[in-house]
Amino acid sequence: MYNKAYMVPNPIMPNENVTFNAELCNGCNTCVDSCRSGVLVPNPEKGRPPIVLYPDECWFCGCCVGDCPVPGANKLNHPLNQRMGWKRKDTGKHYRIGMKNPPPPDNRPPVG
Amino acid sequence: MTTWYEYVQKDATHLEWPYPIRYGIENAITADVLVIGGGVAGCHAAINAVKRGAKVVIIDKGPVRRSGCSGAGVDHWHAACTNPCSTVTPEALLAEYEKDNSDFYGELGNGITTYITAKEGYDALLDVEKMGVPVRDWKDEFIGAEFRDDKTKYMFAYDYEGRHIIRIAGGGNIKPAMYKEVKRLGVAIYDFVMATSLLTEGGKQGGRVIGATGLNLRTGEFYIFTAKATILSAGGGGGLWTFSTELKGSFTEPNQTGDGTAMAWLAGAECTMQDGGRGSPGGLGYFPHSAGNAHNSWYACNIVDANGKEVPWIDRKDGRVLKTLSERYRLSAGEFFIFSGGPPTTRREPSLILDLPERIANGEYQLPLYADLPGMPPHERRAIYGLQVGNEGCTRYGIYDVFTKAGFNPDIDMPQAPVMPADQYLYIPWWMGMAVRHWKSASGGVVFDWDMKSNLAGLYVAGVQGGGGDHSTSATTGRYAGRKAADYARTAGTPVAAEKQVAAEKARVYAPVQQNSGIGWKELKAGLCKIMQDYCGEYKSERTLKMGLDWLKSIGESEGASVYARNPHELARSLECLTHITLGEMVFNAALNRLADKVPAVNKTLRLEKGKIKSSEQSFRWWLKPPYASTYAENFAKHSGLK
Repeated sequence: MYNKAYMVPNPIMPNENVTFNAELCNGCNTCVDSCRSGVLVPNPEKGRPPIVLYPDECWFCGCCVGDCPVPGANKLNHPLNQRMGWKRKDTGKHYRIGMKNPPPPDNRPPVG
Repeated sequence: MTTWYEYVQKDATHLEWPYPIRYGIENAITADVLVIGGGVAGCHAAINAVKRGAKVVIIDKGPVRRSGCSGAGVDHWHAACTNPCSTVTPEALLAEYEKDNSDFYGELGNGITTYITAKEGYDALLDVEKMGVPVRDWKDEFIGAEFRDDKTKYMFAYDYEGRHIIRIAGGGNIKPAMYKEVKRLGVAIYDFVMATSLLTEGGKQGGRVIGATGLNLRTGEFYIFTAKATILSAGGGGGLWTFSTELKGSFTEPNQTGDGTAMAWLAGAECTMQDGGRGSPGGLGYFPHSAGNAHNSWYACNIVDANGKEVPWIDRKDGRVLKTLSERYRLSAGEFFIFSGGPPTTRREPSLILDLPERIANGEYQLPLYADLPGMPPHERRAIYGLQVGNEGCTRYGIYDVFTKAGFNPDIDMPQAPVMPADQYLYIPWWMGMAVRHWKSASGGVVFDWDMKSNLAGLYVAGVQGGGGDHSTSATTGRYAGRKAADYARTAGTPVAAEKQVAAEKARVYAPVQQNSGIGWKELKAGLCKIMQDYCGEYKSERTLKMGLDWLKSIGESEGASVYARNPHELARSLECLTHITLGEMVFNAALNRLADKVPAVNKTLRLEKGKIKSSEQSFRWWLKPPYASTYAENFAKHSGLK
């Protein structure tokens, strides 16, 4: 917990469009060059994850995640006002992205 | 640490811009053919221009590998009428669109682009297959499916008898495949470079187009591209009426801010249909295809209400309730699917009951509604979710991966449709949300002929720039325009940039970084949108349209003149705002031009001549009248450039 505070603008909405796992990311910057909106820029420290500079301009195309050579190094997170849910047909239970205790992932790849 | 403020919080470090700042530094590049915009249309154009012997340069605001509407994928290909399984000929398709004197071709553009798409689109798809995109069911995953042809392994969407819309396996990576081909053929690629103006012979408005100026979004350096021929494939114009970075939920690709159309207009190109856009939800919806619905990529999906009650589908011709799923993929006898992209009344294919809104309002169907994927047969379910949502632009990673990683399983889960006022369920797709009546969407573009050429010598158009909005139309018009531009370049004179024109443009481009303070681009953009909403929305009168024009001019003189950019990224965004002012003026003038008339927008055009606006009128289906031939086939044979 900081005992100092700095003058920074309000947290941008959406705030966490793309998050990085610093352990897995090797700073190759492939995602930086995949982004059509310039959301990501190279970290001044080589080998570290890119800086998410313009999360507000993210189109959520996910090419940064799709093109990342290290699975799990980055993750796309929909803004909270975009998290549409679903209903499990047999139980009637509702789920959504971002909930606590989500169901296990479905790892089936798309066609092609 | 992956955010700039983590560095601040750590030890008050603020990070410098990560690329070298090179404002004002010039790069002079020459080409036979310059392609502005490296999306689907631009890539097909570049590929075909190179194959025709031209030296080609392609520029894009983003990375060509992933730019444009299909940067993150494509799931189906419209109007592939000449594919071996199709029962719909190009002529029959055009005749269907043109029934009852209609000249609405939906997202396929106009008669020219619709015919080109229908006639040559399948050849463009074959090119794409050769570039490494699977397209067909090579893995035999769908043997036995009604939508699969066992001989060719093609899979079809919407119309299983017409078989002219093809599902694209592996479409998620179509752009990387095209990029690889563009590179392989030796096209010079300039990523992260935005075109800022067209250059003309002698710097004259209306003169031959001989290239473009550009700005690097990372370094801020300047480019002077001179080319014998220029292809404008910079896409459509979004965000004219609505802008919000907090409200998402729209298909409008963010780099498409209409710069291409504005540049062409200022160079003297004839433009049309600027005021024709439909109502826009302006981001009040959900991400494309993330919410339950039964349209577009989700076509024919079962829909159930909160109690599991199924919503019936009906035949559009006789209104009878369909008994089987299979019937949803077959139109009434003698009819076939046409892609309308327009209001429900223009569609011919089966749909959910048209009185669904009333039956929700009276409680017969209770919200929320759900897309009942588990209730679909396995092949159809996998086709909708695994094949289409799994490959479409903005859904391959953004929806398919995000949802499945979060535990969504299409075999047992039903995506929910947004809860909306009952009357909104007539309008599709449901993930778009409610359209706000006075928030329009941009439309129109540069007028072109059977050579995909504008009225300006040396300037060709392709893709959305040429009026269409669909992947197949973009690919095919790009393929076509690439040939035509290369052929022109073969005998065209060497272009020489006019010093005065370049200098004036350079001064305009760098003005926002010469300021020390001022309005930021976001506030400027929102303010411009407000003018469009109020003065060019649903209510239109001569008085209010002229007021809107005055407001735009006023903003251009004050806030627009003092917009302040702190780095090359903000500089590009600021210039997009200045484009917005030009586009707004075009829209207001187009609306004024047809205010008193009953003539449809497609027939009225405007252009700038020596700074003054000149209007023209084209006759109905002018592309089948002199100087052109009277049939589509004859015109295509004469102009396409194919042997």
